[in-house]
Amino acid sequence: MSIIFSTMSRLFFALMLIVSIYMLFRGHNEPGGGFVGGLIAALGFALLALAENVATARRALMVHPVALMGAGLLLAFASGLPGLLSDRSFLTHWWAEIGSLHLGTATTFDIGVYFVVIGGVLCLIFRLYEEVDQ
Amino acid sequence: MPDFLTQTALLWPLAIPLATAALCAALWSNAKAQRAANLAGLCLTLVASLVLLNSVMTEGIQVKQFGGWAPPFGISFVADQFSAAMVVISSILALAAGVFATADIRRRQERSGFYPLFQGLMVGVNGAFLTGDIFNLYVWFEVMLITTLGLITLDRTRAQLDGALKYAVLNLFSTILFLMAIGLLYGVTGTLNMADLAMILPNTEGSVALTVAAMMFLLAFGIKAGFFPMFFWLPASYHTATIIVSAVFAGLLTKVGVYACFRVFTLLFEVEDGGIRPLVAFFAAGTMVFGVFGAAIQWDVRRILSFHIISQIGYIMLGLAIATPLALAGAVFYIIHHIVVKANLFFVAGAIHRATGTFDLRKTGGLMKSSPLLAVLFLIPALSLAGIPPLSGFWAKFMVIDASFRGDAAWLGAVALFVGLLTVFSMSKIWIEAFWKDSPRKIVHVRAVPVAMLLPIAALGAITLAIGFNPEPLVAFSQLAAETMADQAQFIAAVFNERQIAGVQP
Amino acid sequence: MSLVYALAIAVQMGCGVYLLLSRHVVRIVLGVVLLSAATNLLIFVAGGLVFTAPPVIVQGTQTLGAEAANPLPQALILTAIVIGFALVAFAAALVLKTYRAVGSVLTSGHTDAEALGSPFDAEATRNA
Repeated sequence: MSIIFSTMSRLFFALMLIVSIYMLFRGHNEPGGGFVGGLIAALGFALLALAENVATARRALMVHPVALMGAGLLLAFASGLPGLLSDRSFLTHWWAEIGSLHLGTATTFDIGVYFVVIGGVLCLIFRLYEEVDQ
Repeated sequence: MPDFLTQTALLWPLAIPLATAALCAALWSNAKAQRAANLAGLCLTLVASLVLLNSVMTEGIQVKQFGGWAPPFGISFVADQFSAAMVVISSILALAAGVFATADIRRRQERSGFYPLFQGLMVGVNGAFLTGDIFNLYVWFEVMLITTLGLITLDRTRAQLDGALKYAVLNLFSTILFLMAIGLLYGVTGTLNMADLAMILPNTEGSVALTVAAMMFLLAFGIKAGFFPMFFWLPASYHTATIIVSAVFAGLLTKVGVYACFRVFTLLFEVEDGGIRPLVAFFAAGTMVFGVFGAAIQWDVRRILSFHIISQIGYIMLGLAIATPLALAGAVFYIIHHIVVKANLFFVAGAIHRATGTFDLRKTGGLMKSSPLLAVLFLIPALSLAGIPPLSGFWAKFMVIDASFRGDAAWLGAVALFVGLLTVFSMSKIWIEAFWKDSPRKIVHVRAVPVAMLLPIAALGAITLAIGFNPEPLVAFSQLAAETMADQAQFIAAVFNERQIAGVQP
Repeated sequence: MSLVYALAIAVQMGCGVYLLLSRHVVRIVLGVVLLSAATNLLIFVAGGLVFTAPPVIVQGTQTLGAEAANPLPQALILTAIVIGFALVAFAAALVLKTYRAVGSVLTSGHTDAEALGSPFDAEATRNA
C-alpha cells in the first residue's frame, strides 16, 4: 500500500468515527440515526483493514464483531423493557426533559442499532478481506 | 407479578429467544457460557409459551401493540389458539433440539455460531406465528431466511454451500413475491394490519390487483411450504445440513409457510372465490403424490425423510383445500402431530448415524440387535407418520380424510389413502435396512448412542404416544382453534378492543 | 405517469427474471438484486404517485401537513432495502465461498448437494 494511503487512512478512520457518532445522535430529530452512523463507522474500520491489514482493524475494534453485534442487540432489547412497566407494551419509550435536553430510551435503542450494524457489516467485511489475503 | 405476566404473556415467547440470541452472540468467545445460555433460554421460552397458551385458553385471543401505537397504525401481535399452539409445539421441539445438540454439536460448529443462529431462528419462527401485521410477517420471514442460511452452511462443506445457494435463491425469490403481493395489497386497501385488512377486504370490489396479490401470496407461501410444483429446493438442500439443523428445519420451516397460508387464506382471502380452491386442491394432491414417489427411490435416510416432509405438507394443505371447519380442525391436528413426528424421525436418523457412522441405508444394518431401544424409539414416529392406529398419525389422517369425503372431495381422500400406503413402504424400508438386516460391513463396530440423544427422541415419542392413546383433548382443541381461525369477527374485535384493555392512548 | 412507471418496473422485472434463469451464479445474484429493486419501486407506485412535500413533521407542529406524502410506503421500502442489502451481501459471500470451494461459477458444475447420499451407486461411490 502506498504511504499516503496508509497515513491518510489513520486520519480518516478517526474522522469517520467522529462523524458516525455525530450521525448517531443527529438521528434523534433529523435524518441520521444508528443505522447510518453504524455504516459510516464500519466503513472507517474497513478503510483501516484495507490500508493496513485485517489484524490491525480487528485490534482497533478490540472485541469480536459478533460479540459487538450481540452486545448491541442486548442494548436495543433492554431499551424496550421499561415500556413494560409503564403501559405493558414492549418498546414504548420513556422520555425525560432536562432543560432543553430531550432524553429517552429510544436513544439507547439507536445506540444498540449502531453497534449491531458495525458488528454485522464488519463480520462480513473482515471475513471477505481475510479470504482475499489468503 | 402473575398479573404482570399474564398482561405481557404475548411478548415473552418472542423476547426470550431474542435476548438469548443476543447473549449468545455477546458471549462469542465462551462456548460453555453459550451452551448454558442456550439451554436456559429454551427452557424459559417453553415456560413462556405455555403461559401464553394458558392465557389464550382462559381469556381468549391475546393482542399486544408493540410500542403502544394503536391499531391499525402500530404493529399488532396477536395470539389465537392456533398460533399459541404453534408457539408451544415449536418451543418443545426447540428444547428437544437443544438437548440433542449437547451430544451432537461439535466445537467447530459452535465456533461457526450455532447458538446465536439457532436462537435467531426461533425468534423468526415465533415472530411469524404471533404477528398480526402482514409486512411484519415478511420481516420475520427474512429473519428466518438469513438465520437458516447461516445454519445450513455451519460446516462450510462443498455440499452445504451448494445446497445453501439453491435454498437462498429460491427462497429469496419467494420473499420477493411475498413483498410484491404486500405492495399490491397495500395499493388496493391502504393498510397492512391483518385485522384491518380483514375488515376492509370484504367491502372492496374485486379487482385484478387483488386476484394477483392472492395468487402471489399462494405462490410465495407455497415455495416456503414446499408445494408440489415448487418444492424442488427442499430435497436439494435439507439433507446437506447437519442433522440437528435438518430436524429443526423439517419440523418448523415448512410449517411456518403453511401457517402463513392458513392465516392469509382464512382471514384475508376466501378459499371459495377466485378459483383458489381447485388450485389448492391440485397443489395438495400433487404435493402428496410427488413427495412420496420422490422418497421411494432414495437410499439416504435424510433424503427419504426430506421427501416425506413434502408429502405430509400435502395432507395439511388438503385441509385448506376443503376448508370446512372439520377439515381445518384436521389440518391443525395434523400440523401439531407432524412437527413432533418429523423432527423426531430426523433425530433418529442422527442417532443411526452416530451408531453406524453413515446415513446410507445400504451400508447400515444390525441395529435391531445392537440397540433395541433405538429400534423401538424409531418405530413410534415411523408408524405414526405412516398412520398406523393407534398412533397420532392415524387420528390426524383420519380427520383430514374424513373431512375430504364429507366435503365432496372424495378423490383427494383417495389420493391421501394411496399416499399413506406408500409412506408405509418408505418407513418399512428404513426399518428393514437399518434395523432388521445384518450389517453388510465386516467391522461390526456399533458406537453407543448417548443419553442426550435418546432423551429428546424418547420425549417426542412419548408425546406421539400420548396424542395417539388419548386424542380427545387435542381433537377438541383443534376444533376450537379451527373455529377461532375461521371466525374473522373475533380476530378483528380482539385487535381493535385492545386499546381500552391496555390503557394505551393512541 | 403511473403507466410509465409500471412499464419501467415491468422491464426491470423482466431483466431480473432473465438473469435469474441464467446458469452463471453471479448473474443469478444480480437478477435477485434487480428483482428486489423492482419490487421496491412497485410498493412505491402502489402507495400512490403524486408530487407532494416530504413526510416530515414541520417544527412546532404535532401532525403531518395535509399535502405531505404517505410515509408508510417509504418506511416499507426502507425496511425492504435494508433487509435486501443484508441478504444480497450474504448471497454474494456465499457465491464467493462456493466458487472457492467448488471451482465453478456455473450451476451445472454445482453437483455436490445432489451427489451427497445419491440413490445411484455411481454418484455415491464417486464422492465417497
